[in-house]
Amino acid sequence: MTIKAKPERKPLISLQNIQKHYGEYHALRGINLEIGEGEFFSLLGPSGCGKTTLLRTIAGFEDIDSGSVMLAGKDMMGVPANKRPTNMVFQSYAIFPHLTVAENVAFGLRKSPMSKAEKAEAAEAALNMVGLSGYGTRAAHALSGGQRQRVALARALVLKPKVLLLDEPLSALDRKMREQMQVELIKLQREVGITFILVTHDQEEALVMSDRIAVMFEGEIAQCDDPEVLYRCPKTKRVADFIGVMNFLPATCRNEGGKKIVNIVGLGETEITEEQCPEGFPEGAATVGFRPETLTILYDTQTPTHREAPAMIEEVVYYGDMTYYDVKFDGVDTPVRLSMRNLFGRDVLEVGTRARISWSPGALVVFG
Amino acid sequence: MKTLKTYAILYLVFLYAPIFLLPLFAFNTSTIIAFPLTGFTTEWFTALLDITEMHNALFNSFKIAVTSAVLATIFGIFGAMASTRYHFPGQKGIMGFIMLPLVLPEIIVAVSLLVVILKLGMSTGSWSVIAGHTLICTPFAIAILNSAFAALDPSLEEAAYDLGETRASTFRRVTLPLVMPGIVSALLISFTISMDEFIIAFFLTGADPTLPVYLFSMLRFPKLLPAVMALGTILVVLSILLITIAEIFRRRGAKRAGLKDTGGFL
Amino acid sequence: MMTTGEKLRRFFRTDQGVGLLLVSPTALYALLLLAVPLIAIVVISFLTQTGVRDFAPGLSLVNYKEALSDPLYRELMLRSLMVSGSVTVVTVLLAFPIAYFVSFGVKPEQKSLWIFLITIPFWTSYLIRVFLWKVILGYNGVLNSGLKLVGIIDEPLTFILYNVNAVIITLAHAYAPFAILPIFVALEKIDRSYLEASRDLGESRTMTFLRVTLPLAAPGVVAAVLIVFIPTIGDYVTPKLVGGPGGTMIANMIQTQFLRLNNAPLGATLAVLAMLIVAVIAIVFLIVGYRAAGGGKKGGRG
Repeated sequence: MTIKAKPERKPLISLQNIQKHYGEYHALRGINLEIGEGEFFSLLGPSGCGKTTLLRTIAGFEDIDSGSVMLAGKDMMGVPANKRPTNMVFQSYAIFPHLTVAENVAFGLRKSPMSKAEKAEAAEAALNMVGLSGYGTRAAHALSGGQRQRVALARALVLKPKVLLLDEPLSALDRKMREQMQVELIKLQREVGITFILVTHDQEEALVMSDRIAVMFEGEIAQCDDPEVLYRCPKTKRVADFIGVMNFLPATCRNEGGKKIVNIVGLGETEITEEQCPEGFPEGAATVGFRPETLTILYDTQTPTHREAPAMIEEVVYYGDMTYYDVKFDGVDTPVRLSMRNLFGRDVLEVGTRARISWSPGALVVFG
Repeated sequence: MKTLKTYAILYLVFLYAPIFLLPLFAFNTSTIIAFPLTGFTTEWFTALLDITEMHNALFNSFKIAVTSAVLATIFGIFGAMASTRYHFPGQKGIMGFIMLPLVLPEIIVAVSLLVVILKLGMSTGSWSVIAGHTLICTPFAIAILNSAFAALDPSLEEAAYDLGETRASTFRRVTLPLVMPGIVSALLISFTISMDEFIIAFFLTGADPTLPVYLFSMLRFPKLLPAVMALGTILVVLSILLITIAEIFRRRGAKRAGLKDTGGFL
Repeated sequence: MMTTGEKLRRFFRTDQGVGLLLVSPTALYALLLLAVPLIAIVVISFLTQTGVRDFAPGLSLVNYKEALSDPLYRELMLRSLMVSGSVTVVTVLLAFPIAYFVSFGVKPEQKSLWIFLITIPFWTSYLIRVFLWKVILGYNGVLNSGLKLVGIIDEPLTFILYNVNAVIITLAHAYAPFAILPIFVALEKIDRSYLEASRDLGESRTMTFLRVTLPLAAPGVVAAVLIVFIPTIGDYVTPKLVGGPGGTMIANMIQTQFLRLNNAPLGATLAVLAMLIVAVIAIVFLIVGYRAAGGGKKGGRG
């Protein structure tokens, strides 16, 4: 079943049943996916899941065993990478070390019918767009990591591709630079309005930047959704585990006259809705998942807005703005993690303290 | 480390001692190569100008060295590209075999080529020396070019291709400029090896001797020895010059590729 | 079903195919100019010469019998082995401290300069270098005339002149860089934190060298030994120029058989025997070296 582009977007890329082997290794197992015009789309997964292979398939660097790649209504079968309306930002940036910044940016314009002056102008405009105006005459090897990244972007965007492919573009940068570039990439994508496809193994990066995310495991797309849906309603336990932190507790489910009742070890019974069971309502043994931020420690004066359960604090991890607590509900052996904002005047609790924990039945996800 | 440093310096003196003696006796007036030195002269160098056979040998050697260097470098480019970029069946065996002349005694290469040439009813000549020299220079060219190609990020070529270049124009616009220092270095090294090589030339040169073969024949005549010293001085200075240029190119290449210099050709 | 042609076309578009295609000109050249001649020389060693370019029909072991039974050939072979063995030991022993010094005692930015200085003499004409040793070691040579001049000796030294000693000195000089480079490379690969770890765990400098540095440098030493031993056995120029009658080696005899006596089959036989002996010694050495270096242990260096 093909994952369709969102109804408000015109589909630009259509991948049909893509299969790819490296020798015995099955790298892509039947990818069916549509990506829309102007979409910021991310391929997210652990290393070896096939996300880079899929990106390189769209770019035209990989021959596939079977299936088809359609780009703007044209079959890309037999169209080599240098003839496709896609351009790529490489993980190593691949800035040509023997050329200046301007020569790098204008590299792809060699065959364009523009005059020399127009080419120089286009290159300067592209540099300006990525915040590097005036850097044209610099030697490429004298650039910092963040600057290389920008040159790589300018070099690809100057050709006005229909799709910009980004292969782990931020993985070589330090944390501060990475966060800054994330914001800049989002702005840039809005500005140029073309489709960006980003490959990343960093779930936070994907959540921050994307319109839609496809999570891949072992050559297959496990789930493709908006960041918010993906985070709140992961379809499988594996996706839930991969995106952010998810606590799991064992439970039993039963159907009581149309009501879906789940009995969670240590927390008791509650009713849940259809939407909370992405794999369908499992009768009998099940696992419930819930995010750390859906749990709250109740301080003395507070009354619970949802449900409440007593617990013991086992571990405290202080992060400055946040504190993570590992707590054990009474009668449960597995600790669960919860996060609290460190508001002014609120004490960080110590290990061994007993606490009342508030939890929301509506935030649970139930897996079979 | 201090004792080691003294030892290292003594060792260098030992390495260079013979070479330093060359100019000493090349500019010495006596025809006997022995101490004490008797006086300064340049007559042995001017005498070289009159030996036409030597000029022929020099020209012959130069021709052979240029041709062998170009051929070995071309073979080297193919070999180095294949071994650094691709994995192919039998890679270790094939590359090992190509590199074999590095350790094989040259006399074995020489006699085995001679046997085949004679058996085929052909006669030896400059071409057979070129064939032999290309064979022994190729491993050196590959060793140098391997590091040049290994230093080249494959995504640079993919990037050029992605930006609209063809495979051929990618090679011309990206690959070639980046490995050029390695290519120049391989050419110079191969040229130097061929220019200095004696055994293979001795067996395969036929009627036109190369310079080392001619020089070898000069050694039998004691009165020619000062001229040999003069010629040797020129050759050694030339070799050192070429090797230094090759080293400068190799370093420039490494620097261009943004690598830390690890030193040495091999 | 794919046709064979289509399969081939597909194969040559894969990484493996392109690699094979790229290496083929070089490999083909080595095949034609190295493999074929080497096979030819093995074949010819089983023939007998009848005319200038003619061989008697049929293969025989006559040459091998002669090569192995004639005391002259046997002596030459043994002497060649002895010379290259001695040269190897001398060269590697002298080279190790240099390699160690450059790797551990020289500032990183000066290392390549040292290596360059060490390799330069290697790139100058071999023939001229050997000839210079003849000039240095000769009866009225530079060494003797120099020593006489400063009054250390009255009569020229003769033990370094036109004999095996002269050959060994000259070859040890010529092959010095060959021994230094592989050892240097092996030493450079050693992570310096291993040495710190050993010191931290209580070993002295000497014991750290013996227990950590030396075992890790072993592959470089093995390479140095082979890279010196194998080519020196076939050296022609040095014994010819400085060896005198008592210093000739097997390569000189091979040359004589080919170019003077016009007995290519016997020359080929000697060449094949020399290669075989070297190969056997090299393989035995490799196996012994591998065992001694703790090869086959789990987690050993690949």
